Amino acid sequence: MVAPRHLAALLLLLLAVATVAGEDEGPRGRRLLVLLDDLSVRSSHSAFFGSLQARGFDLDFRLADDPKLSLHRYGQYLYDGLVLFAPSTPRFGGSVDQNAVLEFIDAGHDMILAADSTASDLIRGIATECGVDFDEDQEAMVIDHINYAVMDVEGDHTLIAGDDLIQSDVILGSKKIEAPILFRGIGHAANPSNGLVLKVLSASPSAYSANPKTKLGSPPSLTGSAISLVSVMQARNNARVLISGSLDLFSNRFLKSGVQKVGSKTRHERAGNEQFVTETSKWVFHMRGHLKAVSVKHHKVGETNEPGMYRINDDLEYSVEIYEWSGTSWKPYVADDVQVQFYMMSPYVLKTLSTDKKGLYSTSFKVPDVYGVFQFKVEYQRLGYTCLSFTKQIPVRPYRHNEYERFIASAYPYYTASFSTMGAFFMFSFVYLYHK
Amino acid sequence: MAEPEVSSAAAGGGGRLRNAFGGVLCAFALLLIGVLAFSIRLFSVIKYESVIHEFDPYFNFRVTQFLSKNGIYEFWNWFDDRTWYPLGRVIGGTVYPGLTLTAGTIWWLLNSLNIPLSVETVCVFTAPIFSANASWATYLLTKEAKGTGAGLMAAAILAMVPSYISRSVAGSYDNEAVAIFALIFTFYLYVKTLNTGSLFYATLNALSYFYMVCSWGGYTFIINLIPMHVLLCIVTGRYSSRLYIAYAPLVILGTLLAALVPVVGFNAVMTSEHFASFLVFIILHVVALVYYIKGLLTPRLFKVAMTLVISVGLAVCFAVVAILVALVASSPTKGWSGRSLSLLDPTYASKYIPIIASVSEHQPPTWPSYFMDINVLAFLIPAGIISCFLPLSDASSFMVLYLVTAVYFSGVMVRLMLVLAPAACILSGIALSEVFGVLTRSMKTHLSKLFDDSPAAPKSGDSSPESSSSSVNTDSTKSENRTEKTETAPKEKPSKKNRKKKEVAESVPVKPKKEKRLLVLPFELSVMGILLLIVLGGFYVVHCVWAAAEAYSAPSIVLTSRSRDGMHVFDDFREAYAWLSHNTDVDDKVASWWDYGYQTTAMANRTVIVDNNTWNNTHIATVGTAMSSPEKAAWEIFNSLDVKYILVVFGGLVGYPSDDINKFLWMVRIGGGVFPHIKEPDYLRDGQYRVDAQATPTMLNCLMYKLCYYRFVETDGKGFDKVRGYEIGKKHFKLTHFEEVFTTHHWMVRIYKLKPQRNRVRGKLKKLKSNAKTSPALAAGRKKNPWQ
Repeated sequence: MVAPRHLAALLLLLLAVATVAGEDEGPRGRRLLVLLDDLSVRSSHSAFFGSLQARGFDLDFRLADDPKLSLHRYGQYLYDGLVLFAPSTPRFGGSVDQNAVLEFIDAGHDMILAADSTASDLIRGIATECGVDFDEDQEAMVIDHINYAVMDVEGDHTLIAGDDLIQSDVILGSKKIEAPILFRGIGHAANPSNGLVLKVLSASPSAYSANPKTKLGSPPSLTGSAISLVSVMQARNNARVLISGSLDLFSNRFLKSGVQKVGSKTRHERAGNEQFVTETSKWVFHMRGHLKAVSVKHHKVGETNEPGMYRINDDLEYSVEIYEWSGTSWKPYVADDVQVQFYMMSPYVLKTLSTDKKGLYSTSFKVPDVYGVFQFKVEYQRLGYTCLSFTKQIPVRPYRHNEYERFIASAYPYYTASFSTMGAFFMFSFVYLYHK
Repeated sequence: MAEPEVSSAAAGGGGRLRNAFGGVLCAFALLLIGVLAFSIRLFSVIKYESVIHEFDPYFNFRVTQFLSKNGIYEFWNWFDDRTWYPLGRVIGGTVYPGLTLTAGTIWWLLNSLNIPLSVETVCVFTAPIFSANASWATYLLTKEAKGTGAGLMAAAILAMVPSYISRSVAGSYDNEAVAIFALIFTFYLYVKTLNTGSLFYATLNALSYFYMVCSWGGYTFIINLIPMHVLLCIVTGRYSSRLYIAYAPLVILGTLLAALVPVVGFNAVMTSEHFASFLVFIILHVVALVYYIKGLLTPRLFKVAMTLVISVGLAVCFAVVAILVALVASSPTKGWSGRSLSLLDPTYASKYIPIIASVSEHQPPTWPSYFMDINVLAFLIPAGIISCFLPLSDASSFMVLYLVTAVYFSGVMVRLMLVLAPAACILSGIALSEVFGVLTRSMKTHLSKLFDDSPAAPKSGDSSPESSSSSVNTDSTKSENRTEKTETAPKEKPSKKNRKKKEVAESVPVKPKKEKRLLVLPFELSVMGILLLIVLGGFYVVHCVWAAAEAYSAPSIVLTSRSRDGMHVFDDFREAYAWLSHNTDVDDKVASWWDYGYQTTAMANRTVIVDNNTWNNTHIATVGTAMSSPEKAAWEIFNSLDVKYILVVFGGLVGYPSDDINKFLWMVRIGGGVFPHIKEPDYLRDGQYRVDAQATPTMLNCLMYKLCYYRFVETDGKGFDKVRGYEIGKKHFKLTHFEEVFTTHHWMVRIYKLKPQRNRVRGKLKKLKSNAKTSPALAAGRKKNPWQ
């Protein structure tokens, strides 16, 4: 009796999905799971959550050790994104564990992970799997004696006013973040050879990571701008993960407070946090910087149908449409650096596609004088954008037997020679046989 | 079928009747020989099933399918994008189309006669049909040399010679099946032209040569052997206008026609294989001119002219030869293809071209394989040579020359045993027929002495043809009785044929008897001799039937083994290919060692990287390198070739010896020939190839080892390899860049999939260790969960 009900539920779900699909559908769904250590975080970070909800996200708040916690049911993921605001939780409840979270990401879902000085091994482990290493010293925090934020009381300089942001309009939005960003928490490092991780907010050169309560014994392991305060990781399947060493960064207190950097005259009424978390969360949840390529077409010049095979030296036209998700609709993507390769073990042709500013990119070129199985290959990787990589296989054949030039001018001497020989032989035979 | 010589000898009405009777008998015998040749090759169908065998036939089958579906022009222009990815292969221009066109024509003919046979059926039975043709062609060829009796004998022997059976059982749909017929028939037409001097036969000869060129690369044998024979004739002073007619049209027409075949093309005039024929062509003309002038001039003048011509001719010759040598020497391979060079210098391939040396059929044969493949013929050949010299004619000298060259080539490559087989059959046929002739004649002499007192001589002709013929009949009936006594029931059919041959053979030596005094042996000796010969023939027949039934009928895609608890069938290959065709995407690329390329494209219909048409050594070396590299490097190579699946053949579980581990050294050699970082000594421990605990680390870490032995230890707990006969060296290991997707029932074929690149890049390894340290606690915590 259970199965039919589930089936009905599934059908309803499908119906719902179908109705949603009627609209202009974005790359990601809007169901987010928010995992918290403590339900008080829900209120202390309500401004951030509010901004997410205002953008249409559907938040499901759960305690991290909720025993009924589950990311998927019947092989379907229940959520499209994860906000992991549970730094101190030693293990998740229900069926969720580190691998479940990583599988969730590998299935193409996004995540915001915030840690703080209480970060558990679980959270650190997830971060490591995403290519980000938090300081191994459990007690360490990022300290900066030069670029800290002025507070009412002279503290231990762990409240940092960071302004070393990544130069990317895609990740941080087109409006420049003027005010410094308040940060209090632990630092992490990313392997520079890891091309998937980007440092969004880096610490200043004077920062270091150490336990503020004890005296500095040995040199700190993480120092200077190698420390990343907030990083993002875009996996190869375009799943995006934001990792912040500070949970407070998202808190109402930091979002609303003013900030003044030590040594700076200007005092900003509002810290840059609000703009920062809004813009980065837009990026993480694919409201921006998501490209899609549709209707990849190629055909011979003067034809419209796509052939199954080209001949060497054919002239062909190639076109593709590329759009970017703006959060509400797919807008044409405009760039002048999209290239297509005509590729067989190495690119034989490499052409930059020209765009009509309406999303259509096209070019035309001549098939090289080499036969084989080629590919139209577009590999478009730009900072902040999803990786666009698609290929289309097309064989290129040599000439058919009747496609070669029939009478070659330079061969006329040979034609003459052979025919004159034939004629001469005929005459010779005639004379030889019938003379006398 | 009546022979002109015999008919002229026997002028009487009775003689004509006898000749007519002999002709009918001969035709009937030939028919039976054809049936025998066809039916002895059906063991594979009866024992297994009607299926295409081995590797190359699958390609031929696929091409034939394409031909029958798309027509000849599409076939001609076929660019195949499913093999040699991503290079592709121009099939139309790189294949010898003879076999395909033949089978395609047969199929088309049958279908237009409303006999709806499938292409596969036609392909399976093409080889047996053409072996019947080949035995008839043998009859014709031998008849030209030594008369009908020898012809029938040779045809019967060829119909069941194991060497030929090995390449032409039903299902063995390969070029050789058709080519041997074409070879013999071309030789027949050459000898026929030589005997008759008819331009008609010379033209036919060129056409037949064209068919041979279409069918098989072995046509170079013809175009070298015939010039050699022409040269031999000239040197031994046997030049005649017939020789000229037999040779000159063949060279000109043959070369023109050969150049029409796309795969040969300009090679017909550009490569050294063909130069001998042109050189002999020139020499022949010089000689012809000399003979012509000799006929015009008085002997004295001729001598003067001779010296002049010879000096001028020699000068011209030297100039031509010098130019040729210079041209040829300027090319790196001296203008010879690798396979031909390895024929001339048997050590060439093993030194320079591992890809040729790696093929088992390109190895030199062992002595037992001679006995296996031509059996008693090996002992009869010398007798045949002797009888060819008594008397030596143009035709018989050709036979001897053919034999000698074929013996040499078969000694270089086991595959060319096939070329030797017809020569051996012809000479043995001649020998047997001569011996039978002598023995029966002696018997007849004695018998006629016994029975008739008035006609002293057993001569036929005017005296009493009836009596002699009756005596022949009594003879044959007697020998028949003996035959049936000595031989057991199942071999009755071949023995009957023997008997018939004997009867006809007896009629042959009628003519020479008149001309000279013949050897007459004592009666008892002749009877004994005939008995012994019949026993010998019996042995041959038994051996041939055994070879056809047991040794050469295995299709090699289905294997069987007999054990105490009955017969086991290993159908793993087809299982694997079926899995591929059902579970993978149409455009997925499958990498395997090149041996399995043809089968994968034909049976699984998937794109392969390399296949049995080994035209691109670099590409094969790339695959070889990947197989001999460690996992990561191999993954990168395969990924760059867009490979999705990897197929390896592994015999360690069931003891199938021709698996990839045994072929592996060739992969290393071929790979190392192009990519020098692969070094053979790295894979050998003290010069020994082994995969047990003594094996080198490079060997134990290479992809081939890992793919073959992955999870192998789970089968018996020890990892005992039945082929190598010891436990493997590295038993427990994991694959990081590949995953096993399918392993057949007997583990003979294992298919792996390339894992995609990791979605994320993990952080520091240091961190990982701390994780590992803490994880037991976590794991313990998790483990508790169910009990909560």
